[in-house]
Parts: sequence; C-alpha cells; structure tokens
Amino acid sequence: MSVNVGWVQAFDLARHHVYGIQVDLTRPLSSIMWDQEIRQMASSHAIMASGVFMATVVPAVLVPGFSVYGTHLLWLYSVAGAVAVVNITLFWLLGVSSPTKKHTITYKVSRLVRSCLYLLLSCLFFHTVVILYGAPLLETALETFSLAVLLTSLTTLRCVCVLGPNVQAWIRVFSRHGAMSVWDTSLQMVVGCSVVGAWLGAFPIPLDWDRPWQVWPVSCSLGAVIGYLTGLIVAPAWIHWHRKHLTYKIK
Amino acid sequence: MRVRSSFFASFCLVLEVLSVALFLRGFFPVPVKSSFSSKSKLSPNLSKVPDPIFKRVVIVLIDALREDFVFGPNGRKYMPYTRHLVERGSTHSFVAKARPPTVTMPRIKALTTGSIPGFIDVVMNLNSPALLEDNLIWQAKMAGKRMVFYGDDTWVKLFPKHFMEYDGTTSFFVSDYTEVDNNVTRHLDNTLKRDDWDILILHYLGLDHIGHISGPHSSLIQPKLMEMDDILKKIHGSLILKETEGALPYLLVLCGDHGMSETGSHGGSSAHEVNTPLVLISPAFKRKVGMEKPPTIEQVDLTPTLALGLGLPISQNSVGRLIQPVVEEASLRDQLRFLHLNGHQLSCLLKDSMPAYEKEEGYEQFRVAEKSHGNWLKLVVEGNTSEVLNNMGKKVLKQYLEALRVMSAALSKQMGKYDMYSMVVGVVLVFQLLLLLLLAMPEALSGASEVDLPVSSALLSLPFYLLCLLLFSVHMLVCTSAESACYFCSLPWGLVFGAVALSSALLCILHVTCATKKNSRSPLFPSPSRASGGGWSLSELDILLLAGTAGHTLSLSASSFVEEEHQVWYFLLNTLCLVVFQDVCRKYFRERSANIGVIGCSEDKDCLPPSKEGYAVASPLTDLGVTGADSERWLALATPLLTLACCRLLRSLNQTGVQWVHLPDLGHWLNSSEHKTVLSLLAAMSLALIYFLVQRRCSWVSKIALALGLLGVYSYRAAVGNVVLPWQHSGGNMSKGTMKARFVYVFILGIFFTGSKDLLRSQVITADARLKSRGLWEIYSGVVLLVALLFRAHNLPVLCCCLLVQSLMAQFIWKKLHYDAAQTTIMHYWFGQAFFYFQGNSNSIATVDISVGFVGLESYVEAPAVFLTALSTYAGPLLWASHLICYLSSENRSSVAVGHGCYCLALLRSVPAAAYVVLVTALRYHLFIWSVFSPKLLYESMHTLLTAAICLFFTTMEQSRSSSRP
Repeated sequence: MSVNVGWVQAFDLARHHVYGIQVDLTRPLSSIMWDQEIRQMASSHAIMASGVFMATVVPAVLVPGFSVYGTHLLWLYSVAGAVAVVNITLFWLLGVSSPTKKHTITYKVSRLVRSCLYLLLSCLFFHTVVILYGAPLLETALETFSLAVLLTSLTTLRCVCVLGPNVQAWIRVFSRHGAMSVWDTSLQMVVGCSVVGAWLGAFPIPLDWDRPWQVWPVSCSLGAVIGYLTGLIVAPAWIHWHRKHLTYKIK
Repeated sequence: MRVRSSFFASFCLVLEVLSVALFLRGFFPVPVKSSFSSKSKLSPNLSKVPDPIFKRVVIVLIDALREDFVFGPNGRKYMPYTRHLVERGSTHSFVAKARPPTVTMPRIKALTTGSIPGFIDVVMNLNSPALLEDNLIWQAKMAGKRMVFYGDDTWVKLFPKHFMEYDGTTSFFVSDYTEVDNNVTRHLDNTLKRDDWDILILHYLGLDHIGHISGPHSSLIQPKLMEMDDILKKIHGSLILKETEGALPYLLVLCGDHGMSETGSHGGSSAHEVNTPLVLISPAFKRKVGMEKPPTIEQVDLTPTLALGLGLPISQNSVGRLIQPVVEEASLRDQLRFLHLNGHQLSCLLKDSMPAYEKEEGYEQFRVAEKSHGNWLKLVVEGNTSEVLNNMGKKVLKQYLEALRVMSAALSKQMGKYDMYSMVVGVVLVFQLLLLLLLAMPEALSGASEVDLPVSSALLSLPFYLLCLLLFSVHMLVCTSAESACYFCSLPWGLVFGAVALSSALLCILHVTCATKKNSRSPLFPSPSRASGGGWSLSELDILLLAGTAGHTLSLSASSFVEEEHQVWYFLLNTLCLVVFQDVCRKYFRERSANIGVIGCSEDKDCLPPSKEGYAVASPLTDLGVTGADSERWLALATPLLTLACCRLLRSLNQTGVQWVHLPDLGHWLNSSEHKTVLSLLAAMSLALIYFLVQRRCSWVSKIALALGLLGVYSYRAAVGNVVLPWQHSGGNMSKGTMKARFVYVFILGIFFTGSKDLLRSQVITADARLKSRGLWEIYSGVVLLVALLFRAHNLPVLCCCLLVQSLMAQFIWKKLHYDAAQTTIMHYWFGQAFFYFQGNSNSIATVDISVGFVGLESYVEAPAVFLTALSTYAGPLLWASHLICYLSSENRSSVAVGHGCYCLALLRSVPAAAYVVLVTALRYHLFIWSVFSPKLLYESMHTLLTAAICLFFTTMEQSRSSSRP
C-alpha cells in the first residue's frame, strides 16, 4: 500500500517538476522545495528497493527449484532486469535527466544507441576489473560476466538514466565537489555503495567454511545488491540530514 | 633528548626484534632430545632386549575417541561388546591423557616415538613429512616385524616404506564419514585370515568427521560407535580363533589419538579433548570381575609398553614409562628387567636434556634401585628362593616404579608447554614499543622529523626506580614459584635487569609523553600522510591506505586469511592501483577543467572511441591540442593500468596458499620440459629488460659489470639446465654451474664496491647529492643482480615486472602526483608484500626454496646458505625497500623524506607484528596453531628482523646526509 502511495506521489511530483528542478536548484532553495525533492527521491528509492525484493520473491514462487544460491545466475539476471526496468521507467517518468533541446528522431536514436553502447562498454569494463582482481580468466567467464552485468545495471544504468549518455557529466559528478543536484548526490552514494558492497563481498571467499554463498560470484553479487539497497536507503536519509549544509554550484 | 625519527624508529624496531625473539623462545620450547635422536646416528643396541611377550599386536586407533564413549554411562549403549570385555574380559583399561595440541599428526608422533613433540619440531620437519626420529614402527621394521596398515594416510606419509601392506585414506573430505571407514574395514576379512603379519594398525577417521560435523551428542555417534564395536568384536573373534596352545598370546589395543570437545572439535586442552580410552585385550591378562574406575596414564606410556611387549628396544626420545599391570603376570625377574630397561632409557634421555641431571631426584632414585636390583640378582643367581628375597624384589620393583614416575614427570615438564612468562614479557615489551612509536607519530612525521624523548626526566624520576623494584620483585616471585623451566628466568641477571629497566623506562616515557600531549592538547593521531600538510581531510587514498593496513592486521586472526594472505595483498594492491588511477584522472581532469569553459562541453562533441576504461581515456582525448606534455599524460594514465595488468599476470605465475594451490599456473607450464624454449626466451627477455631498466642511473663501470653479470646469470641457468642456449646441444652433462655462479658473485661484489665507494666519497669528501644517489642506485642494482641470480628462471619475470612497475610509478605517479613520503612508503610496503607472494611464497614453511642456498657453493655451508635463502625468500620486500630509499633520497626530495620513510616502515612492521604476537598467545590452543599460525609467526619475526636491518641502513643514509649538510 505504501508503495502505491509513493508511486502516485512520485508520479505527481514528476509531472509538476519536470521542468522546474534544474532552474530552481540554482537559486537558494526553500525548505518546501527540499522536502519535496527528498520525498520524491525516497519514494522512488522505495520502489526500486521493492523491485529488487520482487525480483527475488516472484521467481521463487513461479519457478520451481529457484533459490538465490542454487540458481544464482537466474536470480542475478532477474534482479538486474528488475533494477533496469524500474530505473528506466522511474527516471523517464520523473524526467530527472537533463532536458534535451533537440527533439529530432535521429538525435533520440543516436542517444539510445550511445546509451546501449556505454552500457555494453561498462559491462566489459567491470568484467576486466573483476578479472584483474583475480577472477579466473576462462573457467568462470559466464559467472564473471553476469556479475559485470549486475554491477552495470546497479551503477552505470543509473548514470545513464540520471545524466544521459554523457561521459563528461559522469566525470563531473564523480570528481570532488562535482554534484550539482540532489540526484547527483544520490547517484554518487548509490553507485559508491554498490561498488563498495561488491568489493566487501569478495572478502569471505578465501574462508574455508564451504558455504554455498562463498561460491564465486555469489558473495560479490549479494554484496553488490546489499550495498545497492543500503545506498538507496542511505542517500535520501543523508541528504535529509545534511539539507542545511548542501549547496550546489551553478551549472 | 631529541633524536631523529629514523634513529628513533630503528632503535624501537631493533628492541622489538629482541622482544619478539624472547617471545619466540617462550613459544617454541626447545624439545627434549637424546643426543642420538636421529635414527641414522643410532648405535646398535648394547643391551640385549628380552624376549617378546606378545606374538601379534592389533592396534585399533579410532580418531577422536573420547574416554566417556567407552567408560562413561553411555558406553554400554555405544560399545556393548567392548564394555563387556572391559568389565568381564581379560583386559586392562586406562584413561590415557593426550598432550595438547590434540591434533592427529602430533598425536601419532607421540604414540610412536613416545616423546611429546615440541612445536618447533613440527615447523622444522615440515619439509620432510617422514618421521626422522627413532620410533616404534622403525624399530619394529628393523627387527623384521611385518606390519600392515589401513587408515589415515598421515601414517603412510610419516612412515614411508615401513609397511608391508597399506591403504591410506585422506581425511580431506570432512563431510564423509562412512566411506573413510569402509575403506579400512574392507581389507579386514582378508587380512585377518592371513598369518603373514605381526602388527596390524587400523586408524578409523569416521568418528572424528562426525564430531566436526555435528558434535559429540549427535545421533550419528551411536551407529558409528556400534560399527566400531562390531569391528572390534570381529577382530577379537578372529584372534581367539587363531590362538594356539603354547604360542605367545596376541594383544589387541583399542585407543584414541585425542578426544572431542563439547562442540566436536579438538586441538585444545579441555578434559574431553585430552582424555582418551585405552583398552588392552589379551589372554595373557587376568580376567576382570567387574567395572572399576580405570586408572589414568599418559598416552606416551603405550610406546615403551608396546616396545617391550614386542621385544623391541624403547625409542630413544620416549618419555613414557612401562604400564606395569601389563607385565604383572611375568616373573619378577623379567618385570624388574623390563623396568630397568625403561629406567635406563629415561636416565639417558635425562642426561642429554638436563645439565644438572645428577641432582635430579628421579635419577638418584634410579641409581639406588639399580644397585638394589643388582644385589637382588646376585642372590637369585646364587639360588636363593626364600620369601624374604621375593619381598626384597617387590621392594626393588616399587623403587623402580617411583623412579620412573619422577623421571618421566621431570622430562615431560620440559616439553610441550608454553613458557608463558617469557611470552608475556615479550608481548609487553613489544606493545610498549609500539605505543611509543604511535605516540611519537606527530613529531616523527613533522617537518623537523625529530622526536623529543623525555629520557632524562623519566630516568631521574622516582616512579622509574619504584617500577624497577616492583618489576624485579615480580620477576623474583615468578621465577622462584615457577614449576616448569622458564627461559627468561634462566637468563643472566644483567640481561634481566636490562629488560626490567627498559620496560620501566618505556612506561615512564610513555606516561610523560602522554601527559605533555594532553597538556598541549594537540591531536594525538593525525593521519600519518597528512601530518606535514596539516588538517584532517583524508583523501580516498589515505582512507584506503589506513583501512587496508588495519584490515590486514585484523585479517590475521582468521586461519584462512593467514593461509590465503596473498589474496588479501593482491586485493588491496588492486584497489590501490584503481584509487591511484582515479587520482591521476582527477589530476588531469582538474588541470583541464579551466579549459572546459572555453571549449564548452555539449554532448554532441564527445563522440568517443570505444574504450574499456570509460572516462579515463576520455579526458586526454578531448583536448588533444591543448598541452605539449600529452604523451606524458598518456603514460601517467597508463601506468596504474599497466601495473594492474602486471599484477594479474604475476598472480597467475605462481599459485600459492592452500585452497587454490593445486590449480595449474604459468610457472608449472613454463617449467615443463616441452616449454623449455619459451622459458629460455622469457628469461632472456626479462634479463634484457632488467638491464635496460637498471642501467639508467649507474656509472659506466657498474653498467659493464651489470651486463656481464646478467649474462652470467643466463649462462648459470643454462648450466644448471633450466634454460637452453642456442649453441648448446642438449647433452646430458648437467653441471652445478658453480663456477658461473661465482663469476656472477664477483660482479655483484664489484657493483657493491663501486656503490659503497660512491657513498663514502659523497659522505666524506664532497657533499654531493648526485654522487650519493648514484651510489645508492648502484647498491640497489647489486641487489637486483643478486636476486636475478637466485631467482628461478620462471621467476625472472617477477623481478622484471617489479623493476618496471617501480620505474614507471616513480616516474609518473609518485613524483607527478606529489605523494608525500608516508604515502609512498605505505605503497612501497604493500607492493613489497604483494611481490613476496608473487614470487611463489606462502605462509607455510614448505614454500621456502632451500635449493637457493646451494647457488655457487659446492656443498652445504650453513651461514651463506641461510643468508641466501633468506634473501631470496624476502626478495620482494627487500627490493621495494631498497627502491624506496633510492627514491626518497633522490635529489629533489626534501631532506626529511628518508626519516619519514624509515619511521613509517618501522610502524608498518610493528603494528602487524605486535598484533600477531598477541593473537598467537590467545590462540595457542587453536586447532591450526601448528599448521597455520606458528609458521606465520616465524615469517613475521623474520620479516621484522629484515625490516630492522633495512631501517638501520636508512638511518646511516640519513646520517650521512645530515652530517654532509653545510
């Protein structure tokens, strides 16, 4: 029920603020504006988190023999898919991404193609990094790539949704003092948490406990998803707590 | 007293090494050994052993058989047949106490040698799994007994070629508890039918596995014990059938190697782990009439009993004493003979292990008993058979038993025990030094790089003298009341007084420093890397460096992380490279950001080429025309990535650790004979690259020496047969290449000589910084050449990558990004650790490459062999540390950099060393203390020693700098 309310609220807010946010942020913000922004973010994050939850529960009901450890790749792809769908839909509806001036069809297509290209590249990038971290080169290539896909859906996809396929903007957001809106800050936190989660997830692998969640890449993907969920919760809370001190530069 | 921070750091580290040495001496008590401990030195036995009592012996050893599984209230339910025998049969039953560590391998050693293996023993014997000490099995083999063994393959490893027939079962799969036992039992029927063996040993693992899975109260225990009971019944039945009139009787032994704690594990010293049942079944014994409480004996007592029972000499190192009830049916004369043999063996051992053996109570008693034994024998030979004589014999018997008891107790007191007092003193000293180092951090890393130690005020204060007195009286108290031998108490008074004074002085200094710190209210612990910059802002890099160091120290508490420590370092190193990469990106992005406004960044412009590195490559591409130093930027960006690639490659060169060590790696591939050409090419290329990387900053003399030396290395490898020379036919003459190795040694010495000459000249004659840095670099290149000679051919790429990463990082990262001395030092330390594992080392003693000790030597000479082995084992940390000093003392660095580096190095080493010492003390009864934690302790102390030497070198280097300053 609360999810529904959040959804409606987010939707309404999105309608109202599609064109307002970017301009408003440049001025000193009223507290009402802030609260609205944060509430909007909190509800959208709640939807994303429930998306992850549903992606775990629904297949467990529908697919016989489904388990997070046993059929790990299935779970992984269902989470990745759910996160992707929820993210794209939400950010499209919210219209957080910077408004484009052009509306030609070719421009939109090129944007779409570029986004896809970046996502693919990011998968390859994560795959390479994971291999550099010591994953076997060939034996578990499928598992490694699945982890890369999951990480991409948790991190890069959100970048694409919030900032568009614009590498310059990505660099700006991820450099120091680079955030220019609440969404940028939340993006930083969610991406950071997911990556750190995956990083921490690698630690139990050398332990000799012989548990099913120590199998590659279960602990890492679990860590990434847990980190992602943490980021989703922490980001609005942190922004809410620090709303007095947050200032964003003019774009 | 103001001292330079480098001097302070090396001083602390040297003291720390001494305290760690004290700790080690307490942790590894010197084992009691007879002077003929090795089998090879064993003289033929002088006194003839008496005839055996038993013809055949069957030993059924059930792993983790707890005493109450047989003798407890549940015993009747668990093992009905055995219990029946214990109560009604002709048996003797005992509770045999095992000594900690209650782990299978040391227990088997104890059961067969009769000694209590010391910890250092295990470490020393890791390379040769076969048991080299005099033992029962070997004696039996020498006496021509035919032995059959089924069960845990530890036995097969300990006694290779001893058994006529065997089938070893690995205890690798703990989750399997049926197959391991069926593997043993399936041979039984066949073996029991036959007559061609004298000793049958069965070692059942299933019960231990059940314990590990589900503990001693699990429902699996009863069926397993019933199975064991059936097996015992079967063996007993078949032995009874074979029994023939007139022949010697059989002996069936049921025992456990160790018990099982309430959680099902073992290794510690709780009563449940230590108490095991021992049931001896033989028709030679009297029938029992009811259940009595079984008397308690030591586990090692079984060894002399079995030896005498089988008519074998007792093993030299055995501290056990004969279980007298076993022989009580024999004639008094034989009994006394047995006891005398046992006593003689124990007194010999006592003579060898104690300087003041004559004063020992047991020894005196034994002498007395021996004398009265002689008198008694004389009377018996004379034909006297009165009742008085019998009583006199009984008295001698009692004397013997008492003497044996006292001697055995005196001997076992010396072994298998931790010398807690020495350990505690060591730990306390290490911690005081660490605290001192930590407290001095702000001063040591300040611009002046000097530490103000309130030595004089501390030494002149009253608390210092009071503390001295207090500690000294504590020492006296402990030493006079100590039951067991204590190393620290046996030290001369001067040394003890020095340690006491040091400890109290440190306490006072700590106190005074704390007080001044509190008064001045300066922050106690600013981040080490920010101390010169001031402020509390930590970059991502600082956070990683601090968290990584702390995290690694914490990870040492898990045995798996100790086993797989290389994974931790590789992981941290990778992350470090990525963070450095981010720093580089940020730097060039920031520099560029001024231009962005001009160019403008609309989305349409940045049509990027596809690249894996995402935004990294994007930044330099977009402003191609802006700067001239474009290639440098590219190289700076590529350096961390190249380092990452190198690390990944090296990681798959040598698989190490425990869990994944069996996976195929490049090193094995290269070393197989069909890939010799590839290996040769690789080695040649690596050597060429090494020359190219090292010669840059050498004088022309050392350049030539280096080139010839590297050629010599290749020809040495060719002579040994690792690589091929194109003109060399694949003849069979594999020489040892001694001459060629010596040829290289000459060049190494030459390079060292030129290097030290330059250093001396820069110090004494001219204050020339350039000359000095060249001298340092020459020393460094000498080390590189030595390591190139010592490394195996397939490891040369490790050295090559090491040099490549060093020069690239120095050129493009450390200098360009203005990392301060502390950050650079921590990075060097991490790299050094990672390279330690890249070269194939691990935390087990087994990976130490001892063959290095023979490079250039005709035969084994201890001092150079140990030195070379240590050098090649720690080549990675050593190379990185020597690069660090070259880098820090290069011309354009600030003069305090070396001092900061030295301090950081000392701190980085003390933190894990101190933590580990405490950890080992806490985990001294851990299941893996022998196999995992003790070897790591040795590695840690060796590394501390090495770091202390390096720090001393740093100090001398800095000294020359400050003295040469105008």
